[in-house]
Amino acid sequence: MDSAVTEPGAEHTIAGPAARPAVWTRLARNWSVRIGGAVLALLLLASGAAPLLGTIDPALIDPVNRDLLPGATGEVMLLTGESFPHTFWLGTDSYGRDIYSRVLYGGRVSLVVGVTVALLSLLFGILIGLAAGTIRWLDGVLMRVMDGLMAIPGILLAIALVALWRASIWTVIVAITIPEIPRVVRLVRSLVLSIREEPYVEAARSLGTPTAIMMVRHILPNTVAPLIVQGTYICASAILVEAILSFLGVGLPTDVPTWGNIMAEGRLQFQQYPHNVLFPGIFLALTVLAVNMLGDGLRDTLDPRFSKHGERP
Amino acid sequence: MLRFLAARLLATIPVLLVVAVFVFLLLRLTPGDPAAVIAGDNATGEQIEQIRESLGLNEPLITQFGIWIGNVLRGDLGESFFFRMSVTELIGQRLEPTLALALCTIVLAVAIAVPLGVLAAWRHGGWLDRALMGFSTLGFSIPVFVLGYLLIWLVSLELGWLPVQGYRRLSEGAGPFIRHLILPSLTLSVIYIALIARVTRASVSEALTEDYVRTARAKGLPEWRVLTRHALANAAVPIVTVIGIGLALLIGGVVVTESVYAIPGLGRLTVDAVLARDFPTIQGVILLFSVFYVLINLAIDLAYLALDPRIRY
Repeated sequence: MDSAVTEPGAEHTIAGPAARPAVWTRLARNWSVRIGGAVLALLLLASGAAPLLGTIDPALIDPVNRDLLPGATGEVMLLTGESFPHTFWLGTDSYGRDIYSRVLYGGRVSLVVGVTVALLSLLFGILIGLAAGTIRWLDGVLMRVMDGLMAIPGILLAIALVALWRASIWTVIVAITIPEIPRVVRLVRSLVLSIREEPYVEAARSLGTPTAIMMVRHILPNTVAPLIVQGTYICASAILVEAILSFLGVGLPTDVPTWGNIMAEGRLQFQQYPHNVLFPGIFLALTVLAVNMLGDGLRDTLDPRFSKHGERP
Repeated sequence: MLRFLAARLLATIPVLLVVAVFVFLLLRLTPGDPAAVIAGDNATGEQIEQIRESLGLNEPLITQFGIWIGNVLRGDLGESFFFRMSVTELIGQRLEPTLALALCTIVLAVAIAVPLGVLAAWRHGGWLDRALMGFSTLGFSIPVFVLGYLLIWLVSLELGWLPVQGYRRLSEGAGPFIRHLILPSLTLSVIYIALIARVTRASVSEALTEDYVRTARAKGLPEWRVLTRHALANAAVPIVTVIGIGLALLIGGVVVTESVYAIPGLGRLTVDAVLARDFPTIQGVILLFSVFYVLINLAIDLAYLALDPRIRY
């Protein structure tokens, strides 16, 4: 909650408790936040700065350097005819593409998809959830639609949607977002319904505050902490689903380096060259683990509902 | 009691209806001509016209939905233009492997997760508790296909203990049937174990603080009887609930696991259908999985009555 709350038409300012510094200190002391945050920062940095980290073009096909084992060295020949020595830290695939470069660039796709899906599902979830929680006649209809949407297994729905639209980064993002929305809607609605009964909301209502202002000023700020936590979990799940879509061959086109795509190509030769599947797999698991740990830490420090038991909803 | 039963059954109807509308619209709202989409890329104009006629695509949307839902209710899910047979028949052929995998996974997960959760709650804060919580965060993060390949690599390739991939029908003998199911079930059960163990731990540790547990201990019951008869029995409702909610995870996992282990079940069928853009099959499988999910959760609601005599509707 913000440190100060001002009523329209009233001169007084109510100073909130000095909660902000305490939250930051608590967050910085939490080991899940520290470890998850550090791993995530490293991954962000590595994929963001991929061109500076000794990578070569992740899509460069080079028949001479096919199926190299991790740590092998060789000559890279560019399309321009230039050539230079290169160490393939994580080996190459059956097209001679550098797995190390592909994995670093693949991290970009995963992180972009994860964050975008989390933001979009929060945005739509908040809008629909607020509507359901405040407009009575809409509530029943909206929640039945959400129940129905939730009954369709998320991955299946995402697969079907991608199949309809043909995959691009946006269709993949939208297809992963749609099954996530109902969960956010339920959370927002239940928060709104409980916050609506709080004395300060009642007080605001009795002062004649319009519904819209009440929503933005009194209800929304109190949903922030649980929503940040939920958003983190959605991010982790979106990264997983994107990788699954790519892995199954229904996600982004195979020439885009994503962790799922690298693994899908590697699986054909898994018995001889397990590293093509295992390295992107390890990166994927590590990323999702880091995001989940961050979520657990945020939940324990931010969300008062979970401070006692520390359980996932 | 009967009134509750009737009310609960009636409540599933809107959910199923919403699911049906979604699945129906999935195809009708595609950009382009649904008949052309169904017929596939190599269809002649005559074939497309025939499909348009048989689906009533020249009728208004609401009439189309009426025709479609009527067919579905009679068990007619349409014709797969890729597999050249009726979708109902196709699903029937692929049902056994998926059911075997799902059942095996649930049994394995419950058999492992519930005792672990009880033990963790019993020694709250001890090493087993902390190890289990760490494992469960890991379990949520490691992608099913990464774990699948790790297990294949370790157990089948390095150690040679179990077959690498494939499926044997039960009619081909129980030995090979089980040997082919062990790794896939183990792979799929990890995320489920993580989920169930967490909830068991939370629910049992709450029950352990109750007065009746102290009474049971005071009257000299052996500790295992306190844990099972008193703590676990009273903690059963959330555990059973999460087994039902987790089915959505399981269904998503089935799709991936069947692809990794080359099991010819419904999950593999979904992926094949998506790759072939075979929409009647995609719709049929999604509809089946969703109805299954809704019905299982209905069954679980009814199971509360047996689990907790305090619940009286």
